[in-house]
Amino acid sequence: MKHIRTINKANLAKSAIKGGCGKCQASCQSACKTSCTVGNQECKRASED
Amino acid sequence: MIHKFKARDLNILLDVNNGGVHLIDDVTYDIIDAIEPYFQEMGSDAPMAKEGSTCPEEIIEQFKDKYTREEICESFEEVRGLAAEDLLFSKDQYEKYANTAVDSPIKSLCLNISHDCNMRCKYCFASTGDFGTGRKLMSYEIGKAAIDFLLERSPNRPNLDVDFFGGEPLMNFEVVKQVVEYARSKEKEYGKNFRFTITTNGLLLNDEKIDYINENMDNVVLSIDGRKEVNDNMRPLPNGKGSYDIIIKNFKKLVEKRGDKEYYVRGTYTRNNLDFANDILSLYNEGFDQISVEPVMEDPSMDYAITEKDLDRINEEYDRLMDEITAIKEGGKFINFFHFMIDLDQGPCIIKRLRGCGSGNEYVCVTPDGEIYPCHQFVGKKEFLMGNILDNTFDEDIKKVFSKAHVYSKPKCQKCWAKYYCSGGCNANNYNFNGDILDSYDVACGIQKKRLEAAIIMKIRDMLKEEE
Repeated sequence: MKHIRTINKANLAKSAIKGGCGKCQASCQSACKTSCTVGNQECKRASED
Repeated sequence: MIHKFKARDLNILLDVNNGGVHLIDDVTYDIIDAIEPYFQEMGSDAPMAKEGSTCPEEIIEQFKDKYTREEICESFEEVRGLAAEDLLFSKDQYEKYANTAVDSPIKSLCLNISHDCNMRCKYCFASTGDFGTGRKLMSYEIGKAAIDFLLERSPNRPNLDVDFFGGEPLMNFEVVKQVVEYARSKEKEYGKNFRFTITTNGLLLNDEKIDYINENMDNVVLSIDGRKEVNDNMRPLPNGKGSYDIIIKNFKKLVEKRGDKEYYVRGTYTRNNLDFANDILSLYNEGFDQISVEPVMEDPSMDYAITEKDLDRINEEYDRLMDEITAIKEGGKFINFFHFMIDLDQGPCIIKRLRGCGSGNEYVCVTPDGEIYPCHQFVGKKEFLMGNILDNTFDEDIKKVFSKAHVYSKPKCQKCWAKYYCSGGCNANNYNFNGDILDSYDVACGIQKKRLEAAIIMKIRDMLKEEE
């Protein structure tokens, strides 16, 4: 396309299918402790599968 | 819902509901807001998404002085095509998952192993270590009971996170070791994998403790604010002297011996150092390449508190930080800034993104007295006391309240583009500043949005660089 370039899979809706397994880290445990950043966590299931 | 933003070299368009990220040219950047009302959040169901739909004349009229009819129509057609594939203006379809978290198992513990500290940090939310509840160390009995509590309450959760926190955990290191040993002894029986983190100010680190931490802790968070003068201003010892010279030496030794295992040097910036990129660079120049530096969350009456008035300056500083980190990477070096991390393809699932940190629901904090709170930041607030490890009490009603704190129940999130990245922010901050865990704290939201934009920009720049 000339005007738009899509750069990722845009798969949030699909992530619900196998989602909610709870293998991931609690978001506050890694290096926050005073805020809540979820978007920068990794999906443990995706990395294990 | 869409969100567009500019970097110096890029026009970026985010589709909020599906997480799609698009690079767009100037025409599309300018006309996209005028197109949005024709699609709203209907994606492929929007009548305008049908093949053969053409750009409305009023949009062409609106931009005719800047772009040709052909340019506008071409751009519109690309937008329409993406909408037809549900890649733009996609539907909000996640509310059905919002309340599925009510019965979540508990999978994470913050163990406040020490309500005592050997520093006197001015911004400490734990009131210099004791959370206002008196200086105490956790006994092994309480620590062991907390592990049992977690084991019993975590069905279907193979990974259990335990963070040794305080106060200063190294002041009670023998109990840390005993609790780790006990938890490990139960892994096979319960089919669990414990992941341990310790957060330390570094004063009591020695070779023995460093070796133990590097061997047994999956992650270690090393508290230091950056430049010596910045650190020593906010993180003094009880005698008023600075802590920097002691801790920097200890942290370097720990990290040198840590190999590839995860760690973060973790600092706090305040109104006194809004040039905090210099602190991040200072930490980098001292040899640390995994860095997290966060804004202080403090009552606006304190002179070092960050308020809404500081947001423009903070935004500028994140822009500068992006440039500095880009320069480091272009020099072939590695640096990871925690809040610029983002995985655009394999980040958290939408269900996680709705719930956020899970405080009070999937994640609780246990004090040296065995008291259970929704997280470390609620400790001492009696209205949030959930029970006690020792007498096996646990208030399911408080858990239910926290399980319902999600993107759909937080009013300010409804129209916010960042909602699936921050999940409505920190419940404790919301309560501390606005008196309601569902009322998001605007200052934190402003900083969060800037960091997310920066993370996406940095990710795209990395991607384009790889393509060169």
